[in-house]
Amino acid sequence: MSTGPSDIEIISRVLKGEQQAYAELVKRYQNYVFTLTLRFIKSREDAEEVSQDIFVKAYRSLADFRGESKFSTWLYTIVNTTCITFLRKKRLNVQSLDNEKVFETVESQDSGLNANQVERKSRANMVNSSISMLSYDDSEILTLFYKAEQSLEEISQILGLEQNTVKVRLHRARQRLKTMMENSFNEEVRDIYN
Amino acid sequence: MNSDISTHMSNAGGGDMEIRLWEYIDGLSTASEKTVIESLIQTHLEWKHKYRELLEVHELMYASELEAPSMRFTKNVMEEITKYQIAPAAKTYIDKRVIWGIAIFFFTMIAGLLIYGFGQINWTSSDGSIDKYVSLDKIDYSKFFNNTYMNVFMMMNVILGLVLLDRWLASRRKKFSKEA
Repeated sequence: MSTGPSDIEIISRVLKGEQQAYAELVKRYQNYVFTLTLRFIKSREDAEEVSQDIFVKAYRSLADFRGESKFSTWLYTIVNTTCITFLRKKRLNVQSLDNEKVFETVESQDSGLNANQVERKSRANMVNSSISMLSYDDSEILTLFYKAEQSLEEISQILGLEQNTVKVRLHRARQRLKTMMENSFNEEVRDIYN
Repeated sequence: MNSDISTHMSNAGGGDMEIRLWEYIDGLSTASEKTVIESLIQTHLEWKHKYRELLEVHELMYASELEAPSMRFTKNVMEEITKYQIAPAAKTYIDKRVIWGIAIFFFTMIAGLLIYGFGQINWTSSDGSIDKYVSLDKIDYSKFFNNTYMNVFMMMNVILGLVLLDRWLASRRKKFSKEA
């Protein structure tokens, strides 16, 4: 997830007063935070606002980061609490997007790309759309494992669960994702399998 | 040994097969399981198909990108944080001495109350023997809370508590004025 100076190095520079160094951390983790937030809050606009708030909160409590875990693990706790607080305040409907909307999103994002790029993007959209139709628990564990590249041990730390439970939850989530893709994107999935 | 595992695995149901294949894909299988699974993939059509399906899902997951916020995102965050300062680490302003002070304060209060309460009880009955049982309904609670010594004791505790609070607030004030 990162190249250049390590997260710890950047954090110590920020703590010494080099505020601009924080921009590097934001760039490094903005997609991670935004994706997780989007899994909680289905609206992109709200998710962006909440993600911004998460980075501000992380900045203010940066001195509390002791480096005992990965920065992304620590950041996840802020994502979790901020999203829950936001949803509690807004009482947003966190139900899955309906399939029609998902297909619209997929189709509207394919212009101006060559065949290979279109195919790759369409597959990525298919996966993302299928994930967004899963429950938060399923999409959360998939995002942490595949997108945030957290190990099972790290995920068990983040979620406060036994490693074996994480393994089972990950397995079930992948199973449901597979079923979701097969049901919602039947033709595309068949193409991929063949 | 491997043949036992192989027989067991090849008889595995769909769910168990998937669990084993996911473990194999994730690199969590043991060396012997790995060998068996590899041979099952090569020899059993059902295992081969399932493995290909799961591998496709796995690769799709890795290939899919993270969602990206707007282009101005980093700039917005950086503008926002200029309004704030990094708060001191929680462990630096939670002074252990304060916690110990509060603990000692409450401990003294409880111990004082108990000592005073037990001191007030007449342990001998009218016939001179020590009562085995304390009859709760015979205790006159008004004596405990309506007495000069008790009032003085409570007052001292309240004053002690206020002094502790004042010292703690003063130390925080000093720390913040130093930082500013």
